[in-house]
Amino acid sequence: MANTMTAKQAITGGLWTELPVLRLVLGMCPTLAVTASVKPALTMGLSVLFVLFCSNIVVSLMRNLLKPHLRILMFTLTIATFVTIADLFLKAFMPQMSEVLGPYVGLIIVNCIIIARAEACASKNGIFISAIDAISMGIGFTIVLCILASIREVLSAGTIFGVHIMWKSFVPWTAMSLPVGAFITLGLMLGCANLLTGKKS
Amino acid sequence: MEKIYTLSLAFISIVVINNLVLTKFLGICPYLGVSGRIDMAFGMGLAVTFVITLAGSMTWLIDHLILVPKGLEITRYVCYILVIAGAVQLVEMYLRKFFPPLYESFGIFLPLITTNCAILGLCLFLNVWATDNFPEAAVLSFGAGIGFTLAICIMAGIREQLNFSDVPKALRGAPITLITAGILTMAFMGFAGMIK
Repeated sequence: MANTMTAKQAITGGLWTELPVLRLVLGMCPTLAVTASVKPALTMGLSVLFVLFCSNIVVSLMRNLLKPHLRILMFTLTIATFVTIADLFLKAFMPQMSEVLGPYVGLIIVNCIIIARAEACASKNGIFISAIDAISMGIGFTIVLCILASIREVLSAGTIFGVHIMWKSFVPWTAMSLPVGAFITLGLMLGCANLLTGKKS
Repeated sequence: MEKIYTLSLAFISIVVINNLVLTKFLGICPYLGVSGRIDMAFGMGLAVTFVITLAGSMTWLIDHLILVPKGLEITRYVCYILVIAGAVQLVEMYLRKFFPPLYESFGIFLPLITTNCAILGLCLFLNVWATDNFPEAAVLSFGAGIGFTLAICIMAGIREQLNFSDVPKALRGAPITLITAGILTMAFMGFAGMIK
């Protein structure tokens, strides 16, 4: 990637050319763990968006002070601070959702996407570009999470956002809410993305 | 005797029944990234086992001796990530000094152990499971590392065979690895009834 980016590159990057989960294959753990239904997936996506936005801005502000060998440590500490904020917010205002997500909120710290963006974008670009990049990456991530969660929720329970949408005699595929369903659906989604873009791996 | 029985049950449960990679989705990134060759996978597994044992025990001690008595739970994430980064630094220095070839072959993946979700994940799960004595926390940490090694080595073995098979073009690489992992989790679900 070039050292500086334009705003347009930052927007299209996050939303298509470098779509976080499907194109970069980063940030798999939360993607697989919280997508059994749509609501937690959406909450997770928005939390990641918030953390990514704040950490990109802070990293961008201190990019000239960073020492190369302490870089990763500084990134993770910055991210950990904002994840603590997000975690406390969820615990205070959405206690049930916080229960469902459990330790996976804390695991946003080691979400590779955030560290990768800090490294590839925020530590080389100004605040404005970093902020736009964070927003588009965060939205891209949220969309992928929601698509995966919708597929799994519809097939495993016949519902979306808890509303029943499948026909009456529909037999739920319990396997889709188990780890098996997560792995296989995501694998097939990656395959479809490759097929659409004709990318050879 | 009772104690040893409980501890060995905890060990078996974390290795096969609650395997971090296959049932909790932790450590998927190295699981997909380093599982290409079986010797690399084994080395990675051992490095992670060491770090996870150290980090799991240390964070449990810090949590119970410092953070909870002083009411500092709010700084938990920051403390955990510092301990893990420190442990990884230790492994890095040790490998560079005593096993330079292994150090070279790991390359970028070594510092990235810091961001391996399995490690932070285990430290957080120790809280969730309310592990209340130190030996159990240590055994669970060690077992989590062994479980990771087991999963990544099985995967590397399968992927070495996959190289010779005719996979549809769009599914080559990460997608087929994920689907294989899915089938593997199904196999591991068979262990679920072992311990009540």
